[in-house]
Formats: sequence, C-alpha cells, structure tokens
Amino acid sequence: MSYRGMVAEVVKFKGHNGDMIEGYYARPSGNGPFPGVVVIHHAPGWDEWITEATRKLAHHGFAALAPHLYHREGAGLSPDDAAAKARGDGGVSDAQVMGDVAGSMAYLRAQPQANGKVGVIGFCSGGRHSYLAGCTLPNIDAVVDCWGGNKLGEEKEGRAEKRPVAPITLTGKLTAPLLGLFGNDDKNPSPADVNVTEETLKKLGKNYEFHRYDGAGHGFFNAPRPGYRPEQATDGWKKVVAFFKKHLGA
Amino acid sequence: MCTYITEKAKLSGSAKGARGWMKIDTANVYFDHPVHAPFDHALNIDFVSEADGAPERVAVELSAESARELIRKIEAALASGEEAHVA
Repeated sequence: MSYRGMVAEVVKFKGHNGDMIEGYYARPSGNGPFPGVVVIHHAPGWDEWITEATRKLAHHGFAALAPHLYHREGAGLSPDDAAAKARGDGGVSDAQVMGDVAGSMAYLRAQPQANGKVGVIGFCSGGRHSYLAGCTLPNIDAVVDCWGGNKLGEEKEGRAEKRPVAPITLTGKLTAPLLGLFGNDDKNPSPADVNVTEETLKKLGKNYEFHRYDGAGHGFFNAPRPGYRPEQATDGWKKVVAFFKKHLGA
Repeated sequence: MCTYITEKAKLSGSAKGARGWMKIDTANVYFDHPVHAPFDHALNIDFVSEADGAPERVAVELSAESARELIRKIEAALASGEEAHVA
C-alpha cells in the first residue's frame, strides 16, 4: 500500500469574538469523509514543530487545524516574535483561546470533506487548553492532553484575570473521552500533579486513559529539542492516532 | 514547562535590532522553552519598547549557567566602570 498525499495550507477563519485568525490546515488528499482535529500549540507559539504535528495527523487520516493563538499580536510578525509579544502582555486569556478553538472546530465541521466529528489535542500549555476545551466547549468528540501543566490552580498572583479558573475544578463537565500522555521526569505537571488529575477523573467516573513514560520529561514529542525521546514519542503518537481513530472514526 | 511567568525589568536605554537602533523601556525575562538555543529551557530576555507597543524586540536565549555568568559580568563591569568614570 502506498501513502496517501495531503493538502497543507494556511487558512483564515473566525475565532474568538468573530476575529479572523490564521491556522495551519492539513488534510488527506481526496474527498473524505475525514474527522477533524484541532491542534493547540504550546506557549512558545505557532512554531514549525506544530505544523509537523499537524501534517502527521493528516498523514494518519485526519483533517487537522492548528490555530495561531497569537495571530492578534500583529500582522507581519514572525510566529516567535508574536509569541514574545503575547508573553510580554501576560499571555492570552483562556476565554480567547476557547473562542479560537471553538472557531477552529466550526471551520473543520464546515469543510465538505468533514465527517462531523472533531477532537482536540494540545501540547504543554496547549494540553491545559485542550483539557479546558473538553470541560467547557460543546460537541467535542475526543480530547488529548499532552503534558498540560498548571491545571490544578497553582497559577501565580496577577494572572488570574486571564486564567481565572483552574481547569481541574471543571472536570465534572468533561463529556468526551480523554487521553493523557505524561513524562515521569516532568516538573509541570509533576507525577504528583498527574495523580491529582487522575484521581479527580476516576472519582467523577470519567472516560479517560493516562499513559506515563519513564525516561521522559516535558515535551518529549518535540524532535528539535534535547528533551525529545524517540522511543516514548513513537509509542505516544501511536496511542494518539489509535485514540482518535477509535473515537472519531478515521 | 510552558508558563507565562515573566519578570519585567523597567529599563532606560537603546537596543539594535533588525531595523536598526531603537529606544527600549522594558526587558521581559523568563525561563522557558527557547526558540533557537539548543536547550529544553533557557533564560530568555526580550528587550522591547512598551511605550511604542513593542512592535519589535531584541532577543537573547541563554543557558541558565551562562545567564548567571552574564549577571556576574554585568555587576563586575558596572563596579569597575563606575569606579573609573563616575565621580
């Protein structure tokens, strides 16, 4: 069997408040139908690796869209400069990110190749956003949290305005199945943090599966970084693809 | 770790970026993932002019060890320089 090709491009669509934002969109060639996946980048921004992750999902049969969460920071800024500007402003608000994720989901469902199902995956701070989306946005069919930290309410003083609610407190509202991947050498979320999240999910009877990797820290999928762990990342990606295929019907 | 934890240093001075010299009034200082430096985490500094809306930055990404060395050398340069030049 040969490989299926793909189409990858930058698209514009309505995000939070109806603002037009950019996203990196990759889908398999052909008419589908394909399930959709929103890919949420980490705090350092809409970088080259997130486009690689988006294409990887397209390679496995998903129409994947990675919204540029810092698009509003200035047209013409490079993604890393936009990320630096967002950081200087205290980061983006949870409300804005949720609006952009909702807009991404609507864009995916509106495409002629869509099968109507949409999952969400996020990395690092995007993992936190993914968890939050699963707890606050309607019509999500599957959620993947890759090492999202700061879910337990340990946010520092002064940042509450943009991130007012600890995602863990919203766990009761989670309706979609959840996959969580974590490195046991990570400090945020630490294994103890992951325990708290898992205990909460278990107590509330949620449909979840967590996988924790020895020998891996934070961001172990991220091939350009020293923390990349090929063995753990390969296994993790297999679990992500299998999870989305099971729940989104690729 | 991906956080938005950022220390802001108020500055008075100038920096030279891709478009030439600019006034700066702020350094955003944070220890998080770098874009270019080959570390999982780095001490990153963005020199910007917030008064102008921070349309551009001069950025550095340093290992934790080299950032501490830089602090020592800044202190040393200030101490010897001020002794030599400031009455």
